Amino acid sequence: MTEPLLRVRDLKTYFVTEQGSGTARAVDGVSFEVHPGETLGIVGESGCGKTVTSLSILRLIPEPPGHIRPGSFIEFEGRNLLTLAPKELRAIRGNQIAMVFQEPMTSLNPVFTAGDQIGEAAVVHQGLSRKAARRRAIDMLRLVGIPDPEERVDHYPHQLSGGMRQRVMIAMALICHPKLLIADEPTTALDVTIQAQILELLDRLQADLGMAVMLITHDLGVVAGSADRVIVMYAGQIVEQAPTVELFARPLHPYSEGLMASVPRIDAPPRQRHGRLHTIPGQVPAATAWPPGCRFHPRCPYAWDRCRQEEPPLLDAGTGEPGTHTVRCWLLTEPRRRTPRP
Amino acid sequence: MTAALVQVEGLVKHFRVERGLFRVGRPRRLVRAVDGVSFAISAGRTLGLVGESGCGKSTVARSTLRLIEPDAGSVAAGPRQLRALRRRMQIVFQDPYGSLNPRMTVRQTLAEPLAIHRLARGAEAERRIAALLEEVGLDPTFANAYPHELSGGQRQRVGIARALSVEPEFVVLDEAVSALDVSVQAQVLNLLTDLQQRRRLTYLFIAHDLAVVKYIADQVAVMYLGRIVEHAPAAALYQAPRHPYTRSLLSAIPVPNPNAARQRIVLPGDVPSPVAPPPGCHFHPRCPHPKKNDLCRVETPRLREVAPAHFAACHFAEEPM
Amino acid sequence: MNAWKWLALAGALAAALLVAGAVRRRALGTAAGRRFLRHPASTPGVFVLAFFVTLALAAPLVAPYDPDWMPGIVELQNRPPSGLHPLGTDVYSRDVWSRLVYGARISLGIGALAMLVAVTLGAAVGAVAGYFRRWVDAALMRFVDVGLALPRIFVLLMVVALWEHVPLAVLVLVIGFTSWFGTSRLVRAEVLSLREREFVAAARALGAGPRRVVFRHVLPNAAAPIIVSAALGIGNVMLLEAGLSFLGLGVPSPAPSWGSMIFDGTEKMAVAPWTSVFPGLAIAVVVMALNGIADGLRDALDPRREGGAA
Repeated sequence: MTEPLLRVRDLKTYFVTEQGSGTARAVDGVSFEVHPGETLGIVGESGCGKTVTSLSILRLIPEPPGHIRPGSFIEFEGRNLLTLAPKELRAIRGNQIAMVFQEPMTSLNPVFTAGDQIGEAAVVHQGLSRKAARRRAIDMLRLVGIPDPEERVDHYPHQLSGGMRQRVMIAMALICHPKLLIADEPTTALDVTIQAQILELLDRLQADLGMAVMLITHDLGVVAGSADRVIVMYAGQIVEQAPTVELFARPLHPYSEGLMASVPRIDAPPRQRHGRLHTIPGQVPAATAWPPGCRFHPRCPYAWDRCRQEEPPLLDAGTGEPGTHTVRCWLLTEPRRRTPRP
Repeated sequence: MTAALVQVEGLVKHFRVERGLFRVGRPRRLVRAVDGVSFAISAGRTLGLVGESGCGKSTVARSTLRLIEPDAGSVAAGPRQLRALRRRMQIVFQDPYGSLNPRMTVRQTLAEPLAIHRLARGAEAERRIAALLEEVGLDPTFANAYPHELSGGQRQRVGIARALSVEPEFVVLDEAVSALDVSVQAQVLNLLTDLQQRRRLTYLFIAHDLAVVKYIADQVAVMYLGRIVEHAPAAALYQAPRHPYTRSLLSAIPVPNPNAARQRIVLPGDVPSPVAPPPGCHFHPRCPHPKKNDLCRVETPRLREVAPAHFAACHFAEEPM
Repeated sequence: MNAWKWLALAGALAAALLVAGAVRRRALGTAAGRRFLRHPASTPGVFVLAFFVTLALAAPLVAPYDPDWMPGIVELQNRPPSGLHPLGTDVYSRDVWSRLVYGARISLGIGALAMLVAVTLGAAVGAVAGYFRRWVDAALMRFVDVGLALPRIFVLLMVVALWEHVPLAVLVLVIGFTSWFGTSRLVRAEVLSLREREFVAAARALGAGPRRVVFRHVLPNAAAPIIVSAALGIGNVMLLEAGLSFLGLGVPSPAPSWGSMIFDGTEKMAVAPWTSVFPGLAIAVVVMALNGIADGLRDALDPRREGGAA
């Protein structure tokens, strides 16, 4: 395997809550790698820590109330991002690692034109002149498939539709040809037909530019279509990590399993009247009080005593090369307990 | 089939766009939010109304309840007197954060409709609030909680309990599960199905996600730019969609199956502005149908029956794509 | 000034400290309260306000003399601060400290009452305009525009000119009736955005009438800006009252208001600065205290500041 582009080790990002009721352990010991050119999907429901993970990589966590715990380690091309001086970090942000956020409405500055905002990174990082930056911005707009780029470059965000704003955001992120693009719910705020356009665009750009993508989403359908590998997060931890095809064929963590069963599927057989969806009982616990033992045990249909007392490590599923499919579940040591559901 | 409980005929709602301070010369513009929408829902059944943002589905919902007065068209749903109507028709909103008054406890929220309609007071109200909470799967101790102390799913359950408190026959679910996480969404969808069975409720289920609608709707209507472009029994619509917009919408939904060999029809461009919809068929500038021709640019296709009980508004609805 | 009066003053200070301490303790129990305390000016503000309110309430106990008593118009006028007269005497030989204490009653009273009138009126007009919109809104807001455009001091001068000695009640009403325009705008804006919220639509869908919607669902959620603007408004009204009194048009002599005290002292400013400076300081300190409290309340009542981790 190639040398990873990004290596995250034991990342812990905690928040001090306003209510003074303690510390929210939003991300609590997350380790993973991103290899050059691959798409890594991170899925999970709100509060699982996926967004905080992505923000921690570029140290965009508001401090206070948040802080990255000592002992955490984020290495990008051999350099620890957590110990870099602010100036060195800024040289990486937007240049080598770029981000696309969820909200195309609020992520653009309303008082600058699309061209100004796209070109800004090139001015900052590559010292381009305004004029050259504008030309590059037009090229980028063409690349992300915006019609009439020469005209659109001078438009303000409010003159663009939601889908076009998201394309502008992507153009902004890609202008310096980053090696890693972190896309945090890039299509969640968009309509289905526009989402399809943006996903198609991201796929094409990744192939053309050869960058790695971290795709953060709650939508299992989106990861299934785009990611090479998937990380499933729950309660601030990685609970399962596997190549996409394998994860969808054989989800081993009860949470992954339950999540997949509860998604309404367009490819499912026609529904029976008053048919029911599978559900995961209960709800995600608060980040200030994760349950002891396995954090999923209160909602898990298989849980036994050990799950309530002892926190499982990421165990190897034993398929393919070691470390390709890992699961945080004691079932891997006692597979007989995975009895069919009642 | 049982008789229609709710019948909407030729609903029209146009909004005036306010002229800006510096645009005095321009004529007032009209947003054609809803442009002649008709449908009927049988008692105890669910109509799924699907479309992308700005297609007018929420305006249909609110006009049906007369939260917005429509410009034209009629809503036949029993009593004409508004307050009596309010008891029979209820609505559950999308945003579980915005749809509850942040300064009222769950008890106050649920007691209010009982007081408005003089349904119950004191101990009787207390008993009914507890029963409602139980019915939507919440512990009665939640009565003392404020909305900010609840999770999104719990708030949505409170919103459903509030709608049920006046014992309606017809409930509009306006993107009621769209803002929820997958596992919570499944819980709430199941709850809605149970409630429908138990209380013989009639639903107008509004959503942008055809996959979610598939689990709850008996009939499905697809809207595009203020008009219904296809309306059919759910099974027919999902298996053999006739309108090219429905087909692209179905193909655009990401499927949680990495091996799915699917042809995604990626529509070009954006939904046009409802201020100036394209002439003829509203969908023609984005339409991927190979037979698309000048007729589409000129003549608005009527919603017509292309198969038994299956309606589509496309000149070429009979032909394969 | 005897020992009892010093003791009473110390008592007033102790009472203010107790109030500020009690407020702190209660505030610490809630998230909103902690946001209030996080503002550095809020606790001193509460203390200062509590102190002056105590003075106003307990004026007969604290003030060493009758505020209107002139012990010696010739020999005792414009005396500098001393043991007998801690803040000196004024041009009529009255004790400045006593007048300051009694003046707190009038100045704070006018401020609070006039603001109560203004806020009630402003909230009502703003709510009606914002909720009903259309021509109601247009008509009310044009009226508010006119009200904001007219220099208030001239309106006041005109009204005040109708009386030889303006009764205090009239002064309160006149100030109140000319101070609500800003509040009404604020409330209208708040109501306009609140009425689009889904919980308001839900209430309407349940059959709630306009009155219930406005009073149960809209106004309670607009309370934060109203309270903040009221706290700031009291300070403004006190300054206005001082200005009017300074022009000789406010609180009629010999009743001591802080504004009229400044006015009384102006002629002898060079000889006896204490006659004007102390009431001026009192106004400044109270207005600053109110601003501090308003800032704290703004943070406390803004739900967007309810922090929370992702």
